[in-house]
Amino acid sequence: MPHIKIENEFPGIRGLFLYRPVTAAPLNALVQTLLHNPHPTLSAGERELIATYVSRLNTCKYCCNIHGAIAQHQLGNNAEIVQQVLANPETAPISNTLKALLKIAAKVQQGGKNVTAEDVALARAEGATDIEIHDTVLIAAAFCMYNRYVDGLATWQPDDESIYDQMGEQRAREGYLTPPAKIKPKEELNHSTKF
Amino acid sequence: MPHIELESHLPGITGLLEYRKDTAAPIRDLTQLLLRGPSTLTEAERELIATIVSHGNQCRFCTTAHTAAVDALLGEELLGENTTASMVKKDIATAPVSDKMKALLNIAALTGKNGKLVTTGDVEKAKAAGATDIEIHDTVLIAALFSLYNRYVDGMATAMPEDVSYFGVLADRLVNHGYTRLPQGYDHLKK
Repeated sequence: MPHIKIENEFPGIRGLFLYRPVTAAPLNALVQTLLHNPHPTLSAGERELIATYVSRLNTCKYCCNIHGAIAQHQLGNNAEIVQQVLANPETAPISNTLKALLKIAAKVQQGGKNVTAEDVALARAEGATDIEIHDTVLIAAAFCMYNRYVDGLATWQPDDESIYDQMGEQRAREGYLTPPAKIKPKEELNHSTKF
Repeated sequence: MPHIELESHLPGITGLLEYRKDTAAPIRDLTQLLLRGPSTLTEAERELIATIVSHGNQCRFCTTAHTAAVDALLGEELLGENTTASMVKKDIATAPVSDKMKALLNIAALTGKNGKLVTTGDVEKAKAAGATDIEIHDTVLIAALFSLYNRYVDGMATAMPEDVSYFGVLADRLVNHGYTRLPQGYDHLKK
């Protein structure tokens, strides 16, 4: 049960956004700019993978599942690549640049001081640019915020994977600034595919 | 030395916020709302939350900056050894703040480590001391926001100011202007 009275049907951070719309606006603007808006070199899918990985390291179920679902939909509905990155970025089918960036993201999650000049030099040797290094650190830092917000208030974090899939599909398509679509229960989804 | 090239006259967070202004805008807006917007918590109380989280994350720049802001808001000795902020950093339980603030600072410190560490008992204690839902919400969100700032500032290896007087000027700006970008920018800080 959430630590505060949240009177809406939405899980995780979406429930908090409706609880306090005034702080939701900049929180959504930040994630929209970092993950969804066009980037000179990193795809939306790659940026979502950084967010998903950091959320997993922070053990935030809601954020890891929703951003995993968004990453999947941004990457041509490829769920396997998300699972491979979560299991071990080193052996996942991603670029060496992204592997080096995920290493930096993991260091940031543990504490910013852990990022060494060597980590950054390694990323540069794999072709990472200044803006990629900056954005990786900021995405990792931002998810240390979102994860703590979601877990610190003990929000509802459903087990039903179809909820994350529906919400993830919407966010991959529309970005973060639109209101959440009504969540359909699993039974209703199965029903609609039959007819 | 910072991991990427930043303007050398802007140590700590400011150089980063000037490096990428489109991500800086919502970060600044959120901070302004949480630390300076309408609230039943005073500005000094909210700055104490920022201070305790930055202290827990061992972020020197943020801890010093927000300690200085609390000192300035309370009219105490800037970065003095016996100020309210200094005592909160030493021990929340014995610091000269209300029981409600002690409970909220405890929630903030736990959130700074990981949100899951905040228990129902911690929240009940805050509520029993008079904390409202919105105060608990804002405490958690401020703590979460400073978990971002601390990692951003340290993860990019930003510089500490060469002279401690920088924090006096910064505290004055945080008290009298707040967290929005200065309309004229920051070129006037160049030596």
